[in-house]
Amino acid sequence: MALIKNGAFVEDHFQTVADDAALPENGTIVSLARFQTERESLLARNAPLGVRLQSSQSPEVLGDDVHRLSVIVLEFPKFRDGRAFSWARMLRTRLGFKGEIRATGPFLYDQLAFMARTGFDAFEVRESFTEAEFARAMGEMTYVYQPSADGRPTIRDLRARAHT
Amino acid sequence: MYRYDEFDARFVAERVAQFRYQVERRLSGELTEDEFKPLRLMNGLYLQLHAYMLRIAVPYGTLAPKQLRMLAHIARKYDKGYGHFTTRQNIQFNWIKLVDVPDTLADLATVEMHAIQTSGNCIRNVTADHFAGAAEDEIEDPRILSEIVRQWSSLHPEFSFLPRKFKIAVSGSEHDRAAVKFHDVGIEIIRNDKGETGYRVYAGGGMGRTPYIGHVVGDFVAKKDILAFLEAVMRVYNQSGRRDNIYKARIKILVNALGADEMRRQVMREFEEIKASGTLDVPAEEVANIARYFAPPAFEASSDDVPEYDTARASNAAFRAWTETNISRHRAPGYAIATISLKPIGGVPGDATHEQLDALADLLDAYGMGELRVSHEQNLVLPHVRKKDLPAIFAKLEALGLATPNAGLVTDIIACPGLDYCDLANARSIPIAQRISERFADLDRQHNIGELKIKISGCINACGHHHAGHIGVLGVDKKGVEYYQLQLGGSGAEDASIGEILGPAFGEHEIVDAVEGVIDVYLERRESDERFLDTVRRLGIDPFKERAYAGWAFHI
Amino acid sequence: MAQTDQILTANRLRDGEVAYWAAGRWVAALDQAEVFQDDASAKAALKAADASVQDRTVVNPYLFDVRREAGVLRPVKEREIIRAAGPTVRLDLGKQSSEAFDVSL
Repeated sequence: MALIKNGAFVEDHFQTVADDAALPENGTIVSLARFQTERESLLARNAPLGVRLQSSQSPEVLGDDVHRLSVIVLEFPKFRDGRAFSWARMLRTRLGFKGEIRATGPFLYDQLAFMARTGFDAFEVRESFTEAEFARAMGEMTYVYQPSADGRPTIRDLRARAHT
Repeated sequence: MYRYDEFDARFVAERVAQFRYQVERRLSGELTEDEFKPLRLMNGLYLQLHAYMLRIAVPYGTLAPKQLRMLAHIARKYDKGYGHFTTRQNIQFNWIKLVDVPDTLADLATVEMHAIQTSGNCIRNVTADHFAGAAEDEIEDPRILSEIVRQWSSLHPEFSFLPRKFKIAVSGSEHDRAAVKFHDVGIEIIRNDKGETGYRVYAGGGMGRTPYIGHVVGDFVAKKDILAFLEAVMRVYNQSGRRDNIYKARIKILVNALGADEMRRQVMREFEEIKASGTLDVPAEEVANIARYFAPPAFEASSDDVPEYDTARASNAAFRAWTETNISRHRAPGYAIATISLKPIGGVPGDATHEQLDALADLLDAYGMGELRVSHEQNLVLPHVRKKDLPAIFAKLEALGLATPNAGLVTDIIACPGLDYCDLANARSIPIAQRISERFADLDRQHNIGELKIKISGCINACGHHHAGHIGVLGVDKKGVEYYQLQLGGSGAEDASIGEILGPAFGEHEIVDAVEGVIDVYLERRESDERFLDTVRRLGIDPFKERAYAGWAFHI
Repeated sequence: MAQTDQILTANRLRDGEVAYWAAGRWVAALDQAEVFQDDASAKAALKAADASVQDRTVVNPYLFDVRREAGVLRPVKEREIIRAAGPTVRLDLGKQSSEAFDVSL
């Protein structure tokens, strides 16, 4: 797996650990269950922390803790399971999360643009994926009709500008 | 009708290019069928029994002459010369090749048409009253809101991978011709006591395996708030709709599991948040901009007393018969709404040939009519016809085989494609429609029976809307043999009700007799001017059940 | 009692045409299909057909039952009878019509 963030391949500075595994020194991603159980000690560590949510887990439970997390990983157990689009959007808007929202799972190239709009900025992709493909996915649709978490101007905004 | 601006045009063009790339990747093997399927469905492309089927969107059932001509062209160039109008106001072509679809979509884009989101687990074509802009009882043209919703729902990044499909319908009149209560979200345009126009929003209606009538989740949503409200409903559904079982994944299941009150509470929470952000406010000017596209044509000031019309009625029996069922009152004096029946006796319900599509385009041009409509009952509608033109128009329709005088009568049957075409079907539906039609062909008999909506589905997915039929027929498969279940008393109008199943299913050679039997009971037992539906509601199903099963060896 | 055999079918990817397996190749006509009289050979063919999925010739291969009645091969299910011939309400369309009928795919 490779990590593409803001359109470019980057090193993954995080390690995802199982619920019963020892915690590494540096960037760590734990499950929601582990975060809820070991919250105090995890937050007290002097290392970047992330939480991984399953598609049935709403980020709402994290509340203000989101501001103490560097990354939140949202799972797509199947590409058909579109709950993470709402979770990402909730993280950006209701919870005001400014850190990395990372997508993992068998999502499709064709979902990338939707994911970017709803607030994802990092994607776990196959090794053979390219930055050019990512750019292509982002550029397939020049215009959008509806607002989303990305704040991108909509066709209505552009129409209004055209008339001023 | 709506006209694309540069933004709409580019959107559709890029969508075509996107699909072309998806097809390339499928053909090269980069995408498996499992990965490609949701992508092709979101462009309206099914793999059916004999070939691919392409479902083209007809937003709120409105078509312009150039679009009719393009559909005729597509029928000839890419298909086998005909199309099928559906119960969601769309058109389907049954013999499409995957490799032709990008070019087909490119051709459609030249006339402002597409197949975006006509299938898939996303928001589908927004349907509306086929008499929009013409009906006497209209509060406001429902297509204005429908167009606003269409745009908002197109490639919505958050709601393109829902638990299941999502269907929205809009009615602008007291009389509901859009069956809003049977939709995932149904919207009624209403006036409050201050005389302000707003929306009553229903959620959780649906057909299928478990039919439901929608619950009111928004009593009066202000116009500027409607997109925020819809987004709230969609968000609750996307987050909480079931994803473990496709038969329990529609919003109707969620609404019934939560209860209407809890559903409202969750929707209101999201709604308040979105409203506070202001991002989805629909400003009055935007509504006004869109509304301009739906301004009715300039009606000639005229008396409703049109001698040419009356004379023709008096002298031409066929014309008179046609006007008795296929003409509806128009809000403008001297005008009428004409229903073009696509249910010739013994014909395939809802089909139209490329010649008919071209001829209809010519007819619209010849009489200065800018559009026709597709109804969810698989007929076409000329919304604004000068009464004085009706005799000549009728003659042209007769020549085209489009003047069957049966709108709303027993032979005006709704039927899904069924096992003759559809991969999902358990039984054939079209032959049953044909045989019922032939059995009741006699026009006097049809008039004696009066209003009777028969709806036939070939499987539990209920694309024929059988739950909302005064008589509903559901085809089932019993050990590889086709059987037909009969239900009575459904209605898709504002008095929405779900039909009640009579009993065990009938064989294909018994079902038409059973239908005739229940109609006989109605004729025997009706009081004053009751319709079939009214008599069923008054008597309950028992007398009908008894007749339908008369002659069965065992006691029902 | 008529014996129940099996035939392997799929749809051609590029145009959706119904196809039947006949000893390693795909044919358009039901009466040219290979008939499997035992489950093992049917399953083996289904497995071999995966190559046609991988090379993008067909999608969704599956087996269905057929019966020999008075010497004529007939699918057990109505659905397959219709798939083999065409819509019963348009006898002028589909394989049953006299239109171009690929013998081999």
